[in-house]
Amino acid sequence: MNLDKRLFEFIRSSQTLFYFTIFIEIIIGICVVLQARTLSNIVNQVYINGAMLNEVIVNAMTLLALIFIRAVLVWSGELSANQIAAHVKNDLRTRLFNHIQSIGPAKLVAQPEFSTGELSNVITEGVEALDSYFRQYLPQIISAAIIPMVYLIFIFRVDPLSGLILLLTAPLIPIFMVLIGSRANELTKRQWRMLSRMSAYLLDVLQGITTLKIFDRSRAQIEVISVVSNRYRNTTLGILRVTFLSALVLEMVSTLSTAIVAVEIGLRLLTGQFSFEQAFFVLLLAPEFYLPLRMLGTRFHAGMAGIEAANSIFNILETKISISDSKAMSEGEPQSVSYTKTTKFSTIQFEDVHCIFSDQRAGLNGITFDINYGETVALVGSSGSGKSTVTQLLLRFLEPTIGQIIIDSCPLSQILIDEWRNTISWVPQSPYLFNDTIEANIHLARPNASHDDVIQAASLAYAHNFIRKLPDSYNTIIGERGMYLSGGQAQRIALARAFLKDAPLLILDEATAHLDPELATQIQKSITHLMKGRTTLLIAHSLFTLTNADKIHVLDSGRLIESGTHKTLSHQESLYKNLISTAGVKP
Amino acid sequence: MKLSPDNINQPVWGSSSPDSQIRTIIRLLSLLKPFKGLVILSVIFGAATVGCGIGLMAASAYIISAAALQPSIAMLQVPIVGVRFFGISRGLFRYLERYISHDVAFRLLSQLRVRFYEALEPLAPARLLQFQSGDLLNRLIEGVNTLENFYVRAIAPPFVAILVMTFTALFLASYDISLVITICIFWIALGIGIAAFVHILSSEPGRNLINLRANLNKALIDSIQGMPDLYAFNAAKANKDRINSLTLNLTKTQTRLARIDGLKHSLKILLANTGAWMILILSIQLINQGRIEGLYLASLVLVALTSFEALYALPDAAKYLENSLEAARRLFYIVDAEPEVQDAVFPINLKFQPNKPILDIQNLWFKYPIDDQSVDCKDKRHYVLKDISFSLQPGERLAMIGPSGAGKTTLVNILLRFWDFQEGKIFFAGNDIHLYSQTDVRRVISVVSQQTYLFNTTVRENLLIAKPDAQDSELVKAAEQAQIHQFIQSLPNGYDTWIGEQGYLLSGGERQRIAIARALLKNAPLLILDEATVNLDVRTEHQILGTIQTLMEDRTTFVITHRLTMLDRMDEIIVLDKGKIVERNTHQELMHSDGVYQRMWNLQHEIITAQ
Repeated sequence: MNLDKRLFEFIRSSQTLFYFTIFIEIIIGICVVLQARTLSNIVNQVYINGAMLNEVIVNAMTLLALIFIRAVLVWSGELSANQIAAHVKNDLRTRLFNHIQSIGPAKLVAQPEFSTGELSNVITEGVEALDSYFRQYLPQIISAAIIPMVYLIFIFRVDPLSGLILLLTAPLIPIFMVLIGSRANELTKRQWRMLSRMSAYLLDVLQGITTLKIFDRSRAQIEVISVVSNRYRNTTLGILRVTFLSALVLEMVSTLSTAIVAVEIGLRLLTGQFSFEQAFFVLLLAPEFYLPLRMLGTRFHAGMAGIEAANSIFNILETKISISDSKAMSEGEPQSVSYTKTTKFSTIQFEDVHCIFSDQRAGLNGITFDINYGETVALVGSSGSGKSTVTQLLLRFLEPTIGQIIIDSCPLSQILIDEWRNTISWVPQSPYLFNDTIEANIHLARPNASHDDVIQAASLAYAHNFIRKLPDSYNTIIGERGMYLSGGQAQRIALARAFLKDAPLLILDEATAHLDPELATQIQKSITHLMKGRTTLLIAHSLFTLTNADKIHVLDSGRLIESGTHKTLSHQESLYKNLISTAGVKP
Repeated sequence: MKLSPDNINQPVWGSSSPDSQIRTIIRLLSLLKPFKGLVILSVIFGAATVGCGIGLMAASAYIISAAALQPSIAMLQVPIVGVRFFGISRGLFRYLERYISHDVAFRLLSQLRVRFYEALEPLAPARLLQFQSGDLLNRLIEGVNTLENFYVRAIAPPFVAILVMTFTALFLASYDISLVITICIFWIALGIGIAAFVHILSSEPGRNLINLRANLNKALIDSIQGMPDLYAFNAAKANKDRINSLTLNLTKTQTRLARIDGLKHSLKILLANTGAWMILILSIQLINQGRIEGLYLASLVLVALTSFEALYALPDAAKYLENSLEAARRLFYIVDAEPEVQDAVFPINLKFQPNKPILDIQNLWFKYPIDDQSVDCKDKRHYVLKDISFSLQPGERLAMIGPSGAGKTTLVNILLRFWDFQEGKIFFAGNDIHLYSQTDVRRVISVVSQQTYLFNTTVRENLLIAKPDAQDSELVKAAEQAQIHQFIQSLPNGYDTWIGEQGYLLSGGERQRIAIARALLKNAPLLILDEATVNLDVRTEHQILGTIQTLMEDRTTFVITHRLTMLDRMDEIIVLDKGKIVERNTHQELMHSDGVYQRMWNLQHEIITAQ
């Protein structure tokens, strides 16, 4: 019946509204009964007793009033059902977002099944799919269970035989629905799969159209698309035929029963066993009796879509956050030591730090090294050697599995996360630019900075000149009208952020993507300037920065292999020397 | 006309005139022409379904009304047969109507897909550059799928309603014309009035909703992809507040819309019932005046009440129509674009002559077409390629290098006839390149680019696009030469292994080897290597370069790169910077010239661990 216990949990907070909705449904049912009774009375008086309009005018006005009341009740019923849906959706969206946040940046990357598109899609569209579940499907289930009973009570009082016919035929609808429903359920899914497969095929062809053109195969696809599309039509119609058949059966049960009731009471009227008024009353209620059940059929899809959406929502909500990660992620958790920007740390010590990921992959296998105040420490190693894990640990996106990081004599885990992060400027290799103005993107580093501060930071990062040339200068919105920045430009925005933040510890992941000699010189100059007077941890990729480092640590598979300076390391047989020589550099 | 992704995203509100709306409807309707018969049939069955509902209630009411007078049973035979007929046939008609109308809808879609692709194909890739992101293409496909509702839910319901109203009006007219006039007022109020009412009330919150949803989506993508940056700058909390307020606003706007939606539902009930009530009052008067027999009172009321069933779908039809038109407008917008490159009317045959250069470019200037009127078209600064001249002799190996953004790939696209240039001349095999058909030019060029597109199909199919009639032995030979045969053999189903999106994912090096195998199969005399190894790590690059050597044998080769590798094997190197040729010579000479080339070389050899 497409009811999910987990979804019911959500109604609990709006229980009163839920009962109110049910109450309204019952009153609407009673209204319909009264309407039928009044109408049959009027028709009876006029037709059988030959009454004039003014004799039935009171009844007619009552009828009109009932119609109005019913309309108002229908509206309030919908409003209260919507209130429940709105509440649940708002609640779920907030919970989903909080949960995703608490999974945290380091772990989210390690969960390839949750792509950005998938996650944001669940929060927006997925939660939206619950709207019709709560607004239409659930109220319909309730009225399908209650309303026919209300009608039946009244019909039985007037005419037990007709009541019996209705009572016996009514279960046919749910029975057929379950019988066909479970099959239709699967068929509908198949139809969706067919559709998405065909859409994927079209997308594939469109994305690869340049390749097809180069090989002169693009015209040939027209025929293929036509064939695929027609095959889809045939298969889908075959599938839909079952769904249509279920509609046919539901329709038949209700129309045929109404016909049987009409003939059966008609025949009894002939023999005078029955009054016209009663007969007309039963006839009016008979189709109304089946209506809620039939409506349930049309809302079947909303119910299914709701369950489907609920699955993907709970799939995210039930993803566990491992304890060590969650400790790192939670904002402003009570911690014993407060640490402020003005505090000058004298050393950062990595003491036998291991970091093992949830998939048992080791990011770091016990590394020990120091960063002293004012030093530039460079990390070198091929990709996967553990360089970025060190960054993530220092930024506290991750916690060490074994070992610890000590700031002076205080373990990093004891320091308030927010305050610690305030002392760090981080320049990632591929910084993320938010869908906002350039200015806001730089501003992120220090929200209370003035416009002049932003310009100054941009100038120091050699970004001012290209920003000025953008259509709206600093107010250009990134991502709009195809306004995307190149890798080199994004890198300079990240440098501007670091200049603006002006924090004592700099973590810098050098970019390698571009090979424009002029630009490279500019960025190198800017980085040199940025490093002045700061303690720097450098993820180094170029010889230039390495020659300027005070200490170089060479990492390989999560271990610290060699340490030294550029001079000492390049004068001995070392992995370092090997790394340099593959690039073709003569040391 | 220039396409831009912004135009395609513009909401229909206000931006498209009623006039263009009507033109879009007509264009869509004209696509229905081939299935005229089916359309008429589905409308008739649709009307018959409602008609049976009306008939069932009218005949039933007649039976009990007549039976109340206790006539002989023979008098009731006809209405009893009628009731049986209506009871059985309503379901059948509904089934037929659904089946046929969906058939029409799917036929329409399948036609639309073909038409759409036919129109899109000549536009690729120049006019579609802005749509390269899978997202936009995806939305175009979704747009076609949206049109599934166009016939079934937007076009058919009004016709069904008109048919039902006509017959009901004729029936009522046989009693009294005042009944017809009254019911018509309520029909119009329900069918058109509610739709208009809802449209007016919900257009503003509807617009807000679209914006809010888009904003929430953007903000969510920002918060997920930018999470490390947000955390590092302690901005996660501010961001969370922003998301929460967006969510709350969304909920509020949706509540407003739900109120209107609820009102719509309740108004439908109100109008249908009041309509029937009016017919009741009028009929009573007519009976009092002796103009109608009382026998028909019950039937008249029920005919009026049930006739509204035909109109219930109309308010929603307006919404579906709007959505369909919006989707159609986007599709037509793209389909109507002019192809960037027009073929010669009478193309000449392309034949290479041994004594003539394969390629001779003279003073080539190129810029991308810009809409912006404020830009001075004469301004030479906007050109991406400026005064390029060089030639390529048969068998020669030429490299063009330069920083990314220097215009190298643009030049390849011009040679492949994806773009046309503004000034200068390109002689291809001795003749102006404009004299050939585009496909002929592409037939003699093999391209290995940085992004090798693999189709979501088998390895075999992916190789066969290069030569559809290739024998298996040819495929294997090409794969062996590209040093990918052993790897393919190791896949679960060998050459029939599904690769790409839904199948086996290939590494960068494997993809490039597939591209090389394709080029070998195509066996074109001119080979263009466009940054073929740029996405590979140093070790794989070295291995692939060896394979590329095989490919270059006996072929005229044009290499484009910003990674300076294997350049010592080139006959000539052209250095491109900001659209201009700044240096040209051999590797040895350039290394001694203290220019851009030498600086790039030094810079590259400073980088020790690219990721």
